[in-house]
Amino acid sequence: MTADDSQLSINTDLARSVLVAFIRDELGRHGFTRGIVGLSGGIDSSLACFLAAEALGPQNVLAVRMPYASSSPESMEHAGLVIDHLEVRSLDVPITDMVTPLFDRFPDMSKVRRGNVMARVRMAILFDQSAEFDGLVIGTGNKTEILLGYTTLYGDSACAVNPNGDLYKTQIRQLARAMGVPEAIINKPPSADLWPGQTDEGELGTTYERVDRLLHLLIDERATPSAAVAAGFETSFVEETLERVRRNHYKRVMPPIAKISGRTVGYDFLYPRDWGT
Amino acid sequence: MPPYKLGLAQINTQLGGLRHNLAKHLDLIDAARKEAVDVLAFPELSLTGYMLQDEAPTVACSPTPEDETFGPLLKASRDLDLLVGFVDVDERYRYYIAAAYLSAGKVIHVHRKVYLPTYGLFDEGRFFSPGETMRAFDTRFGRIGVLICEEFWHASSPYLLWLDGADMMLFMSASPVRGLTDNDQLQSVAWVERVNQAYASLFTVHIGHSVRVGFEDGMIFGGRATAFGPAGDMLAAGPDFQEGLTLAEINPDTVRQTRVRLPLLRDERPDWVARQLAQIQQPPARGLSGKSK
Repeated sequence: MTADDSQLSINTDLARSVLVAFIRDELGRHGFTRGIVGLSGGIDSSLACFLAAEALGPQNVLAVRMPYASSSPESMEHAGLVIDHLEVRSLDVPITDMVTPLFDRFPDMSKVRRGNVMARVRMAILFDQSAEFDGLVIGTGNKTEILLGYTTLYGDSACAVNPNGDLYKTQIRQLARAMGVPEAIINKPPSADLWPGQTDEGELGTTYERVDRLLHLLIDERATPSAAVAAGFETSFVEETLERVRRNHYKRVMPPIAKISGRTVGYDFLYPRDWGT
Repeated sequence: MPPYKLGLAQINTQLGGLRHNLAKHLDLIDAARKEAVDVLAFPELSLTGYMLQDEAPTVACSPTPEDETFGPLLKASRDLDLLVGFVDVDERYRYYIAAAYLSAGKVIHVHRKVYLPTYGLFDEGRFFSPGETMRAFDTRFGRIGVLICEEFWHASSPYLLWLDGADMMLFMSASPVRGLTDNDQLQSVAWVERVNQAYASLFTVHIGHSVRVGFEDGMIFGGRATAFGPAGDMLAAGPDFQEGLTLAEINPDTVRQTRVRLPLLRDERPDWVARQLAQIQQPPARGLSGKSK
């Protein structure tokens, strides 16, 4: 068993055609022809915007930029590159005036708490625009961050459909490059940009290349932890990654309901989300 | 027997939308009629959609002329033979994933899916009862066998139909495709194609495979219906990820040609196989049970 990069290599033409069809079909099933993307200027939301524009047509996609005072100016510029390139509709809703009163109320708020507040305010804006624009919120989270729980619950993870969620970050890069996402966006260090200097890889303590190879081995290939160690990963890295995946599982499922009646949503009242469509 | 034209209807469906799906069937039947199709095969659960879960009991139909879904289909089958997928229910309220073969206004055969995948992304055994029999049946185009998706992953299924006289096997699927790599097909699509091609070759039969397209809750139905001849040659392949009507000319004489040079059916020994199976299954069970680690 090997764990080289080639295992994560994808046919980008195939991925593109499937994901474009997915957006069009899943929105269409529910009677929608329009989509909203929260466009940060990072690679994930840029790719989601490219896919949505191809699926729905640029005039049916609303890209929303929601900068905070400390957001990197580069983020706005990069989002602007995507908007100009695709000619999608766009809207700027700065969040500084919205989140500042809450930050002032709790002056000791940690940067993680502040980051979560910002992510959730952005979610509220996107779902409000969803009603105004008559479109569904297109998710941007990738498989790496979903598995590692590197996401704000009810914040950036909130969406109606997610075309990116089964692609690891390194696969997102391949597809983004193939679809023509600007190289400046693809090549910069990934960051949630919730505070100055924040980078994903700094926070995760590893590179995406490394953790993607491990996750692919453990999750997709169903390798045992000992097989992952035999493939060249340090025991501590394997154990910490698995524990992180387990610990964050609550972010990937609906909250448990106390089953007290004879028939309960989620347990024995079972219908797909696309029920009746 | 003269050649005939097989049509493979590749459709998306509405979940639980019997009326909507019936209308789509009738549209495809019209299109097939214009192409002089003789047998038109739809995918698994073509009248109901696949991921039914608790909706399964509410969309069950009865393959009779009085049924508002089957009535128009039986009428249409006066022009061409039809294979459709639906939810069947028996008199004791057991629900089945089923297929009905209709011809000349009559139900010729109903097959209830025997192998219900209940693992990974599949949950069929939770909502449906398994069928009990797997039989070929006579049609005006010779003896045909029908298998539904998971069934043809069990080699025993086409083997039984082969021994029961089927020289045309119609497979119908609503299987979510998966496995993105750097190949130009998803992994599961390539597997299915290899399997079907192998069966056509091993049993020296025609195989037609009708496949769903579209999405249900993010699961992808990939399309690419295929037909293979008795020498394993691909006769037709439908489009990926979009609806379509794929046509294949079926020349039954190619079965004769193949079997003259490759008499696998002649040399098959079902009595010996049955005796071996009986011995293998004698206690203490071996083989199928496996040893503990």
